[in-house]
Amino acid sequence: MIRCESILMQYGETPALDHVEVDVRDRATTVILGGSGSGKTTLLRIMAGLVQPTDGRVWFEGEDLAHIPRKRLYELRQYMGMVFQYSALLNSLNVYDNVAFALHEHSKLDESIIHTIVTMKLEQVGLRGLEHLMPSQLSGGMAKRVALARAIAIDPKVVFFDEPTSGLDPISAAVIISLIRDMTNKMRMTSVVVTHDVEAGLSIADHVVLLWQGRVIAKGAPENIRNSTDERVCQFVEGRPDGPIPFSRSTTSYIDDLMHKPGTVRLET
Amino acid sequence: MTAMVNTLGLMGRNFLLMLQRLGDIATLSASSLRLLVASPWQGRHIVMQIYALGVGSLVIIAITGAFTGMVLSLQGYYTLAKFGSESLLGSAVALSIIRELGPVLGALMITGRAGSSITAEIGIMRVTEQVDALEMMAINPRARIIMPRIIATTLSVPLLIAIFDVIGIGAGYVVGVDLLGVNPGSFVAEMQAKVTTEDINTGWIKAVSFGFLIGVICTYIGYRATPTTEGVGKATTQAVVITSVGILMLDYILTSFFL
Amino acid sequence: MGEYKRIEITVGIFVFIGILSMVYMALKLGEVGGLGVSGYTLQAKFDDIGGIRAGADVMIAGVIVGRVEEVSLAGEDEAALTLRINEGVRITTDAIASVRTKGIIGDRYLRVSQGADEEYLQEGDEVEETESVLNLEDLIGKYIFEGDGK
Repeated sequence: MIRCESILMQYGETPALDHVEVDVRDRATTVILGGSGSGKTTLLRIMAGLVQPTDGRVWFEGEDLAHIPRKRLYELRQYMGMVFQYSALLNSLNVYDNVAFALHEHSKLDESIIHTIVTMKLEQVGLRGLEHLMPSQLSGGMAKRVALARAIAIDPKVVFFDEPTSGLDPISAAVIISLIRDMTNKMRMTSVVVTHDVEAGLSIADHVVLLWQGRVIAKGAPENIRNSTDERVCQFVEGRPDGPIPFSRSTTSYIDDLMHKPGTVRLET
Repeated sequence: MTAMVNTLGLMGRNFLLMLQRLGDIATLSASSLRLLVASPWQGRHIVMQIYALGVGSLVIIAITGAFTGMVLSLQGYYTLAKFGSESLLGSAVALSIIRELGPVLGALMITGRAGSSITAEIGIMRVTEQVDALEMMAINPRARIIMPRIIATTLSVPLLIAIFDVIGIGAGYVVGVDLLGVNPGSFVAEMQAKVTTEDINTGWIKAVSFGFLIGVICTYIGYRATPTTEGVGKATTQAVVITSVGILMLDYILTSFFL
Repeated sequence: MGEYKRIEITVGIFVFIGILSMVYMALKLGEVGGLGVSGYTLQAKFDDIGGIRAGADVMIAGVIVGRVEEVSLAGEDEAALTLRINEGVRITTDAIASVRTKGIIGDRYLRVSQGADEEYLQEGDEVEETESVLNLEDLIGKYIFEGDGK
């Protein structure tokens, strides 16, 4: 469905993504795991065509998103939905208008039909009856559910999730996770989930990609990741503070820094 | 010595930066015009923006207009009274307001009230990824966010300035005639005699240009803001400063054209 | 939807007030169209108008009754003024128009003194009797000249 070929993303000196290859399979959930700064959100945005990679190709059903005109990209967007990290509801519109937004903008459907669709989508995320609320009146979990309803309002083939559980309480997080699982299993959608939440990520994944400092260090089924012998993978999955990914980010010698900093105690050597 | 060199260097750098900004704004105005022509007509969004920017600035414009007219009348009276020409007060107040103070003060107030809110709003839309959300829903965010706001300011500012002018002249009349005892007939007659259609048109041209300028700069800086809370705060300050300076510079250019 | 209707109406009112202000200024202050123009015009010729300009007041007994609409040169050495006199103000055919100054260094204005005639000037008529500006230098010259003759 989506295939990233040797994606290179360069912000300044160090590459944020270094020749990343990812395959997103149709009607399955692909989870991209990685720590903060691993480049996973950038990768997701490249897959959705929001960001142009410095180099490489993004094949979406046989079309290279990085090299097609905007008009065609917008046509392809009817097959994509996205749930942003902070929900990104349009704050001037209420819940109903947010969910109905794409339908109002792009479809010639009758308002009564749109109303039916919106009601169905809100029912699916358990928020039917809250159509009149404004985004500012919603809790983080509810906003995320509305964002999900909005993403699936146009029945896309693929839905992108950027950190779906971050900033949510355990119950809200569980709700979102189970909604994602349902969507893939019952509605046969393709999901791409970017997260640093190992447990949640592994529990819904059909396929896992583990990113570390802009490079793919492991991919495969969740069991394979859990049972991996790679030290870096183990450290990430188990959440150990120190290991091959070092605790200390300093590159200079501690003793040297202490000795040469003015005002610090001089050690007799 | 080095401190001085550094200070001079800093000044030079900032000056060049400012020139570059102004150049940016010129090219930006051109591309905004192109965007206006290319974008689909969005009546509803324009109405919403006129409501937020135009109607929202009404109170501050009325207050500023009233006090400007009042102080002009007071100040003008004491100057003119020295030459026994109090009867000229009407024309002095009306001409200053219509040609200069109405457009400039009005536009500066609107920049502070509406321009800053444009930048902050767009900046926040970026921080909260609403711009990306529009993009994902196949809406060109530049056309959707920028176009209605530029049209709204270009339409609202002349209307607001017209209201500013009328209120200012009215307040000037009240102070001049009721408080300082200038003959009401000569106040009005002088005003009607000295103000020409050309003066009024100059005011309109300025008002429309300032409205466009406010829209272009404030939307641009909001859109280009670093998408962090800090970045939006900085961008808002920057938008107000650059727009205000831009208004004063453009005012000089336009005045020198029409005088 | 109701909310949007309310906004639309508010915007409508705002635009209406704004346009009203524009129209008010254009009509009341600028000389657009025939609405701001009323009254009738008279002609008057002077030897010296002392720099009176279009827009200067025309007064009868200190009351503004009109203004100077146009100033031009008539013939070789004469100034011609077109005066717009307000509706309802009647000026006798033998009235005298004189250029005066408000205060010592104030504005120039045109003073009209009514005559004894029963007939009144009509649109386009000329005020025959005119008095040029009081010229300080001329006055002094006259005084010295007369003093000489004694």
